[in-house]
Amino acid sequence: MRTPGATRQAMPIPGSPSAARISVDAAGWIRAARDLADAGGCLLSLWATRPSSTASAMVRAAVLIDGRALLLELSIADLALSYPSLREIFPSAGRMQRAAFDLLDIRSDDADQRPWLRHSDEGYAFIRVEGEGVHEIPVGPVHAGIIEPGHFRFSTVGEKVLRLEQRLGYVHKGIEWRFEQMSLLEGHRLAARVSGDSAVAYSWAYCQALEGLAGVTPPPRALWLRALCLELERLQNHLGDLGALGNDAGFAFGLTQFSRLKELLTRAIEAALGRRYLMDTIVPGGMASDLRESGEGPLANCVASIAQAAMKLRGIYDDHGGVRDRFAGAGCVEPILARRLGLIGLAGRASGQAFDLRSDGAWAPYDELAPVKIAREEGDVAARVAVRFDELQESCRLIGQILGMLPPGPWLDPVGIPYGQALAIGLIEGWRGPVMIALESGPNGTIRRCHPQDPSWQNWPVLEHAIIGNIVPDFPLINKSFNLSYSGHDL
Amino acid sequence: MLKTLYTIASIGIVSEPVPPTDVSLRLREALQSEILDVLGRALCIRHVDAGSCNGCELEIHALNNPIYNLEGQGIRFVASPRHADLLLVTGPVSVNMAEALRRTYDATPDPKLVVAVGDCGCTGGIFGENYASLGRVSNVIPVDVVVPGCPPSPEQLMQGILTAIST
Ligand code: SF4
Repeated sequence: MRTPGATRQAMPIPGSPSAARISVDAAGWIRAARDLADAGGCLLSLWATRPSSTASAMVRAAVLIDGRALLLELSIADLALSYPSLREIFPSAGRMQRAAFDLLDIRSDDADQRPWLRHSDEGYAFIRVEGEGVHEIPVGPVHAGIIEPGHFRFSTVGEKVLRLEQRLGYVHKGIEWRFEQMSLLEGHRLAARVSGDSAVAYSWAYCQALEGLAGVTPPPRALWLRALCLELERLQNHLGDLGALGNDAGFAFGLTQFSRLKELLTRAIEAALGRRYLMDTIVPGGMASDLRESGEGPLANCVASIAQAAMKLRGIYDDHGGVRDRFAGAGCVEPILARRLGLIGLAGRASGQAFDLRSDGAWAPYDELAPVKIAREEGDVAARVAVRFDELQESCRLIGQILGMLPPGPWLDPVGIPYGQALAIGLIEGWRGPVMIALESGPNGTIRRCHPQDPSWQNWPVLEHAIIGNIVPDFPLINKSFNLSYSGHDL
Repeated sequence: MLKTLYTIASIGIVSEPVPPTDVSLRLREALQSEILDVLGRALCIRHVDAGSCNGCELEIHALNNPIYNLEGQGIRFVASPRHADLLLVTGPVSVNMAEALRRTYDATPDPKLVVAVGDCGCTGGIFGENYASLGRVSNVIPVDVVVPGCPPSPEQLMQGILTAIST
C-alpha cells in the first residue's frame, strides 16, 4: 500500500489533531478519492456549503485513512453546474450527495437524483423487484415498539428477503438550519441532541472544533472527564443493546437483567455527574461541572460490578441454544463486502474493519489510555454481540483507569468568542462509530455552517445488504444488532 | 438453565413504588371519567416518535426495566394504535412525520388520551418551528398531558401517564 499523494500535500485544520485538508479541482476530486480508496480509506462524510459574500460554494468529502480525516475541498464557481459524484468510489456517498442537494441545491452528476431528506407529496420511486411469487411488504414509518420512525420496503419470496429498500428522512427537523440561528458558544447544546444516544460524542466533537477555532485546549482534567463520559455513554448503550438483542432472540431474561444493570449505572452516573444522560455535561472549554466526590467511589464500584455481572450474563447467552442459533449466521456482512460498502464503527469492527479512532487517532487522553481495539471477522449478529461484550469490558477497564489517574486541577477554562472566520473539524469515536462535526464560524461569533456526521449514514445502506437471504422475522434482530440512528441521519 | 434461575432468584424483585400524580401537568379535562370506566386500571400505550432526537426514547425504554416496572401497574406498550388507549408522543413534530402522526391518532379508538413527552413535545424544544419542524405536539393533534424535561426522567414519565388516567 502506498501513501496517496493527497495525504502528503494536506494542510492541518483547527480542531481534531487527526484532520487535514487539501483543495482539489474536479479531476483531482475524483483522482484523490480513488487514490485514498485504493489505499484503504473509507468515506467519513460528504457535505456542501452555500456561497457567501467572500467565498464560493464548496463541496467537501472527508476520507478516513490511517486514523486521520482527510478533507477534499472542491469549490463550485457556478451553481448551475454539477460536481462529479463519488458514488462509484464510495457507495455511501450516494445518499449524502442527494441530501446535499435537498438541503442546499448543490447538485452532483449522479444518475440517482431522487430526493432523500426532503419528502414530497408525490411519493417515492422505490425500485421494484418483479418475478413470480415476489411480494412487497411495506413497514413503517411508525413501527411496533419504542423506536424511531423510518420506512422499510421488503421484496420477498415466501419468508425470504430478496431486497430491502429503506426510505429515511422522517425525523428531518432542520438541525443544520437551526445551528445557523445559534451563536458558536451555544451550539454544543444542539450538537448533543443530533442523536440523543450519542450526546457525549457529539458535544465533545462540537467543543473540539470550537476550541480549535478559538485556539485553546481545555485543562487536562476536563479532557479526562470527557473521556470518562464517553466511556459511560458507550457502556449505557451497549448494556441497552445487549438486553434488547437477547429479547429479540426470544430470551426476555436478557432484557430484564441488562436493563436493570443499565438503570443501576444510569443512577450512579446521575450521582457522580448530576444527570442520567450526559446531554449538557460537555461545554466549550471543559465540563459543566466537576465529578462529585461523593459519587466517585460508588461509580467505580458500580462499573466494576457491571463488568462482573456482564461476564456471567455472557456465559448464560453463550450456553443458551436458542439464543446461539438466532445470533449465529444472521445478517452476515462479510469483510470484503464491508470494505467495499464502507461499513464503519462498531458494525464495521464486527466485519473485519478494525478502525477505532480511540486507538488509531492521537487525541488526549486516549493517547495515554491505550485502549485495546476490539475486532472480529464473522460479520453476523453474533459478531456484533461479541464486539459489544468485549467493548463493554474494555470500557469498564478504561473507566477504572480514568478514575484512578484523573489529573487534579480545574475542569473548565471558559472559551472567548472566536472572531476569525474559519472551518474546524471535531472527530470523536462515539459508541456507534466515528462522529464528526464540521463547524464554520461566521462574523462576530455566529455559526456560518455546521454539519454533523453520524456513522449511521454509512451503515444504513449496508443493512440493506445484511438482510438479503434472511427471513423477514429476523429483521428486528438484525436491525437491532446494527442499532443505527434515525435522528442522527435525518438531521 | 440453572445459572439463569439462580440469577433470577438471587436478584429478586427490585421494583420501586410509583410516583404520585400531578394535575398541573394536565392540559385539558377530557372525558376523564368516561375513559376510566372503559380502562379500569389496565392501560395500553402506543409510542410515536414524531421527530425526537431519540433521547426521550431512552427514558421511555427505562419504564420497562424491572426497577420502574410499568407493566406491574397494568400498563403496557402495544404494537398497534388500534390496540391503544393512550399515545405517548415524543419530539417536535417533523413536517415529514405530521401525516403519520395524524393517521396514528385517527386510528386510535375513542376515547383516547395523548401525552406529549419532553421539552420538544411540550414546546418544540431546542428545534422549535422551522421549514422542517411543526414544533409542539399540540400543534398537530390534541394533547391531554405534557411531561417536560430533556429528556424527562422515568419518574416524570410515569407521573405524566398516571396523571392522564387519574380523576
Ligand atoms: S426533549 Fe430533549 S431528549 Fe427529548 S427529543 Fe427533545 S431534545 Fe431529545
